Amino acid sequence: MTEEAPRETTPPPLQPIQAPSAKERKYDRQLRLWAASGQRALEESHVLLVVGNTAGSNTSVAGAETLKNLILPSIGHFTIADSAKVTEADLGVNFFLEESSLAKSRAEETTSFLQELNPDVQGHSIKDPLHDWLPKQDSLKPYNLILLPAEFPIVDTHPDPETVQDLRLLKPWDELQAAEKELGDLSQMTDHDHGHVPWLLLLLRYLQHWKQQHGGQYPSNFKEKTEFRSFVRDQARTSNAEGGEENFDEACAAVLKSISPPTLGSGCREMFNIDSCTHLTQASANFWLVANAIKQFYDKHEVLPLPGGLPDMKATSAGYIKLQTIYKAKARADIAEVTDTVRKLESSLGRPEQIAGSEIEQFCKNAAFVRVLTNHGKQPLPELRLLKGDEKTLTKLPAMLTSFQSISEVFLAMNIDFIPSSTLSELKALEDMIEGGTLEERIDKAIEEVTRTLGHEMHNTSSITGGMVAQEAIKLLTRQYVPVDGVVIWDGIRSRTEIVKI
Amino acid sequence: MATDTITNGTVSRARWQHLDTILATASPYADEDYVPGPNTVSALESSKILVIGAGGLGCELLKNLALSGFKDIHVIDMDTIDVSNLNRQFLFRQSDVGKSKAEVAAAFVEKRVPGVKITPYNGKIQDKDEEYYMQFKLIICGLDSIEARRWINSTLIDMVDESNPESLKPLIDGGTEGFKGQARVILPTLTSCIECQLSMHAPRAAVPLCTLATIPRQPQHCIEWAHIIAWPEQRKDDLLDMDDPEHVSWLYQKALTRAQEFNITGVTYAMTQGVVKNIIPAIASTNAIVAAACTNEALKLATDCAPFLSNYMMYTGDSESGLYTYTFEAEKKDDCPVCGQLAQNIAVDPVTTLEDFLGTLAERAEAQLKKPSIRTEGKSLYMRFPPGLEQSTRPNLSKKLEDLVSDGEEVGVSDPAFAIQFKFRLNFAK
Repeated sequence: MTEEAPRETTPPPLQPIQAPSAKERKYDRQLRLWAASGQRALEESHVLLVVGNTAGSNTSVAGAETLKNLILPSIGHFTIADSAKVTEADLGVNFFLEESSLAKSRAEETTSFLQELNPDVQGHSIKDPLHDWLPKQDSLKPYNLILLPAEFPIVDTHPDPETVQDLRLLKPWDELQAAEKELGDLSQMTDHDHGHVPWLLLLLRYLQHWKQQHGGQYPSNFKEKTEFRSFVRDQARTSNAEGGEENFDEACAAVLKSISPPTLGSGCREMFNIDSCTHLTQASANFWLVANAIKQFYDKHEVLPLPGGLPDMKATSAGYIKLQTIYKAKARADIAEVTDTVRKLESSLGRPEQIAGSEIEQFCKNAAFVRVLTNHGKQPLPELRLLKGDEKTLTKLPAMLTSFQSISEVFLAMNIDFIPSSTLSELKALEDMIEGGTLEERIDKAIEEVTRTLGHEMHNTSSITGGMVAQEAIKLLTRQYVPVDGVVIWDGIRSRTEIVKI
Repeated sequence: MATDTITNGTVSRARWQHLDTILATASPYADEDYVPGPNTVSALESSKILVIGAGGLGCELLKNLALSGFKDIHVIDMDTIDVSNLNRQFLFRQSDVGKSKAEVAAAFVEKRVPGVKITPYNGKIQDKDEEYYMQFKLIICGLDSIEARRWINSTLIDMVDESNPESLKPLIDGGTEGFKGQARVILPTLTSCIECQLSMHAPRAAVPLCTLATIPRQPQHCIEWAHIIAWPEQRKDDLLDMDDPEHVSWLYQKALTRAQEFNITGVTYAMTQGVVKNIIPAIASTNAIVAAACTNEALKLATDCAPFLSNYMMYTGDSESGLYTYTFEAEKKDDCPVCGQLAQNIAVDPVTTLEDFLGTLAERAEAQLKKPSIRTEGKSLYMRFPPGLEQSTRPNLSKKLEDLVSDGEEVGVSDPAFAIQFKFRLNFAK
């Protein structure tokens, strides 16, 4: 082959090629989601599966399926605690057992078949009954993910990219305003230049114009924004060739989405009000120091640090890069200010170690979407059989059951043992919003279905549960994405889910 | 129940006691057609099922079907196992890399679940004819390609013969991307089909060629430039193979150099692979959820034990609220080019050339046709085949639409990727 010839035109490599490692190749499709940091957190984890054995709550298959979905992306270790022996019935629902497993320890057998899925993962098993090993001191120490702490902060929530743009069109800073002024008189531009002004600068220009004509006010409601949009559209040159003024099309399309004052999201507002954020101590987690510094930033500037991202838009290369540099520089300046505050806090609290700059930077970039899950009073995780006659949950049932398109009668039926019969009669008599009758039929059907299948597993149901539980585990272990707050019900008859908050 | 499991080659029924109990009792949610008991179990066991795709969804589907009591399963996949499959395609091991996905997956599940027969076919779905597809009770797709979905969809719709109820093959389709996915049930000609729903899965807008050629702004633009412009110019004799590290490295270096010329940052090797191969993130858990939802529908369709999904479930595992599903009935379109009777309206600029119009068919969400040939009722406007006709219709490519068709005229568009002809009504934009 003549491979050499064409490559002569290529300049020598500017840096050595970093071809992906064997591990990066194997995990490529997930690294594109949670990146190396998420992968490291997964690999450092040890997940314990505790299999309950009471009739009607056999969790061995959902548990094995959950582990499958965690072993494949490579958690570090897993342990199965299950005192049962393998039965014939297990073979019909659990894929990680075979004929030869019969009458052996289910924990050991499932562990060994799951272990085959990924040599990077270590499997362990405990076949003693729960009441034998759990009371031992430190028996839960090796495992992550046991109890929720009082506060669980997540910085990297992976918001929808469409919603994250924060361009500050209504709060431009000096350098951005200067870039708009530098454009000069648009009418003097050549057609080419006119068609390559980034839409963002076009809007900044026309917003100034609008302000002058509207008593210093920006367009604020839908009507004004559509009026403003028509005004922008009218500024496009009709003499320019087809497609020549796409930047004006982009500007018009961006009006409704981009012309709003920056707001503080509810997640961030809640975070600012949590005690841990306002009352720092030497022992405060890094997260809270940065949160406090960002709160100070917000109190001073009435905006969060600029994330600094700029969407692609029609522009010349140089024009775009210049604008991008202005956004990046502002983001860096904001990070520097927050970092400065963090350093002052560190020194006033007498903390021995500095928080890494990269951690502060990541927080600043995601500030608008940070979430803190709270669990006041450090309640233990709700038990699988949730209600146990808990008064608070019982009082929520009527609203839950009568809400639009609810399938929560399934949840009720699965917990029927804990519902006082008087409560049940009252619930059945409630008016059903959708069907106009009472709830009785819906509740009776659900109870009948749960009763007829009691103690019996369908593999698909366990598998779907295992998929959802694994996703939630990945979220908690990587500290990325937003976990479910409540209990997910899956109804395989109607192919629907609902989240019930306990 | 006896503990001897395999006697004279037959598997003890005891392992199926969970399934048997559920299929032997009446459900308040089931259709009237549901008669619990042994007949339902034998209907299930005699239902021949086809799984298209033995990848992330396919592996899960085969496991789920085998553990749902199906006994006669066929699976088609043309791919071989790659190392990047191992993070989710749990029937494959490192030592299987390079082997046929369909064959390895089938052998694994057959061994693990005694009594199930899984017949693999290592090849393309287009290799098979209607007679082949006619043998199945229903078909489940676990594909990553829209093209293949559209092909099987149009083929199954074409097969429906109103005088023969057996010719209607329900199609269950699953798809995933990252933490998101969907499951849908299609009854060809009766319910909304893949083609009716095509605009819900719009292709990513292509970057204009002039941006790539003259004004790149994003690292992706530089990578596309290396892929679309630099490679064909400088290495036209080499067929680009994205699995060849030397080829990927070349594109990466080219993209990097170009990015540096324009002060653009962010080109990486992984991004180069992602852009050029159009890599979609994929994880085991999402595949598990969507495949289990699909298999659940297969079980319902085969046994009538519960009403099947009508007809679309969307799953979002990374929503702001943690997890969100939306189950709804997608509408059947009268102007669906595949299952509808009417031509689809399409707005066109009358001064566009035929060539440019045909080019837009690849990107229009409602068409997505890459190699279209076009004709009106009376004449061929442009035909790619046979060569003689191609040559004689080629001059039309540079003509304006208004010189070839009248406002509101119906045209037929065919594409080698599909068995059927698409009908469009061309309305001139005022």
